[in-house]
Amino acid sequence: MKAIVSTLKGRRLTGVGSIGLIIVTVVVILAIIGPYVSPHDPIQHNLKARYKPLGYSDDNGTYILGTDQLGRDIFSRIIAGCRVSVIVSIFAVVIAGSIGVSYGLIAGFVGGWIDQIMMRIADALLSIPFIVLVVAISGVVGAGIFTLILILGFTGWVTYARVTRGEVLVAKELDYVIAATVVGQSKLKIMFQHILPNVMSSAVVLAALQVGVTIIAESSLSFLGLGVQPPSVTWGLMLADGRASIGSAWWMTTFPGIAITVVVLGVVFLGDWMRDVLDPRLRGE
Amino acid sequence: MARYIVSRFGQMIITMFLVSLLVFFMIRLKGDPITIMAPPHFNEEQVESLRRAWGFDKPLSEQYLVFITKAVTGDFGKSMSHNTPAMDLVVGRLKLTYLLAGVSAIIGILIAVPLGVLSALNRNSWLDVSVSALASLGTAMPNFWLGLMLIIVFSVQLGWFPVFGSDSLRAIVLPATCLGTGMAARLSRLTRSSMLEALRQDYMRTARSKGLKPRRVNVVHALRNALIPVITALGLQLGWLLGGSVVVESVFAWPGLGRLVIESIHVRDITVVQAAVFWFSFSFIMINLIVDLLYSVVDPRVKVE
Repeated sequence: MKAIVSTLKGRRLTGVGSIGLIIVTVVVILAIIGPYVSPHDPIQHNLKARYKPLGYSDDNGTYILGTDQLGRDIFSRIIAGCRVSVIVSIFAVVIAGSIGVSYGLIAGFVGGWIDQIMMRIADALLSIPFIVLVVAISGVVGAGIFTLILILGFTGWVTYARVTRGEVLVAKELDYVIAATVVGQSKLKIMFQHILPNVMSSAVVLAALQVGVTIIAESSLSFLGLGVQPPSVTWGLMLADGRASIGSAWWMTTFPGIAITVVVLGVVFLGDWMRDVLDPRLRGE
Repeated sequence: MARYIVSRFGQMIITMFLVSLLVFFMIRLKGDPITIMAPPHFNEEQVESLRRAWGFDKPLSEQYLVFITKAVTGDFGKSMSHNTPAMDLVVGRLKLTYLLAGVSAIIGILIAVPLGVLSALNRNSWLDVSVSALASLGTAMPNFWLGLMLIIVFSVQLGWFPVFGSDSLRAIVLPATCLGTGMAARLSRLTRSSMLEALRQDYMRTARSKGLKPRRVNVVHALRNALIPVITALGLQLGWLLGGSVVVESVFAWPGLGRLVIESIHVRDITVVQAAVFWFSFSFIMINLIVDLLYSVVDPRVKVE
């Protein structure tokens, strides 16, 4: 992991990469200090200021992006939404990544029929379209941030497993790994000390790119009413509110969607840059 | 060829068996599924009799055996909210989801392939740069939000298309555009890189040095080879379309399978959810099987593996 960080530090950011870094940094900072900088309380109702358009002002101040059906400030709610997106995507990606990397490591390293069975199971999980799987499970298990993280984490690991397994199969044939086997090092030691570091950079790149996928999945589920529940503020829930008044208050649907798109773009830009630096072989996939 | 087909069918059956396990255990993630199914006003006794009626009091292995023997005949039990077999409901909605996915795929291919090819032929031109920028935007945008934006512009403001439903031919335009452009964003990049790859090959140089017209070289020699990886990716993309349909159908109130899943979850109609998930993955597996078989016809090298 240290090696990965120092490799990344050594490379200059590309134009697109630095845009990505700026966007991601801003979102993470807003997720932390959001409540202190937002102009209004994101969950405070103000029934006198319902459905007000952009730039509306009253005694409480200006609502630059307008208000929603309960008179809440859209701009403040978008800032508040950063927190859920950051928390859900980071935890879900860490869970999925840990499961997937371990799974792929074991399957690739052990090989043989165990590998065959493990990869069949992974394929079966992939053969249910991701959103369908997640929607169905959250329908059974229930909604909420915590369960959502677990669901996204426990369903999103297959890609990591497949990529890691592929890398392990390559790493197993490397001269120094074979040398370590010949010298008689234990299998566990070979797996963790010699093979794992080789597969980590692909896993980190994949994790960066998966953050975007997770943010979209979270907002889709929340939009459908199966993810984060009110009074938590998320962009997906805001879009669901906006859909109900789509004929009259376009700003309610437009801005949360722009927020999601910009953040996902930022994550993808940053992830693409990391991939080019760490793992040029993955390019084009 | 026959051996390849047989082994692919074998794989498919194993995958379907594993999917059936997933679908079976999915509704038991919280323990006894009766807790989800029983209406809240039921008392202990009523819940108990419901549990016995559904066979949830039997050992798990026995429950699975009953589930799988019925499932292979297409019987997933009765829908609790409609009081008809769950499979009938699923089959009834299937057509509209396939129609939507099919039209979306055609839109996606019609946008992605020409743009990808033109980008590759004019590498680093303004066209290439703007296509790749649009592709990035298209992949970063949640497709249901694009759907909402299309509704605002084309239904609310311009009034060209209905806001929701599936009554007229025009109703499919917005949802299919929404899914199709998302797919085009993914597919155009692949077409571009695979076209670039094909343009670099030796046979291209041979063809050019034979004095063939550039257009003929590009279309006959490069494009035909470039499309092979695109066809493979199509299988995965159709899976993405099926998944995307769950959310997009809800946005446009398109009464397909995806919307049925959401409706059934809200009324806790578990048998329908199971049957629908099963069909989603069955369709996905079948699509990939067909794509793989097609692929082995287009590219005979595959069969060797």
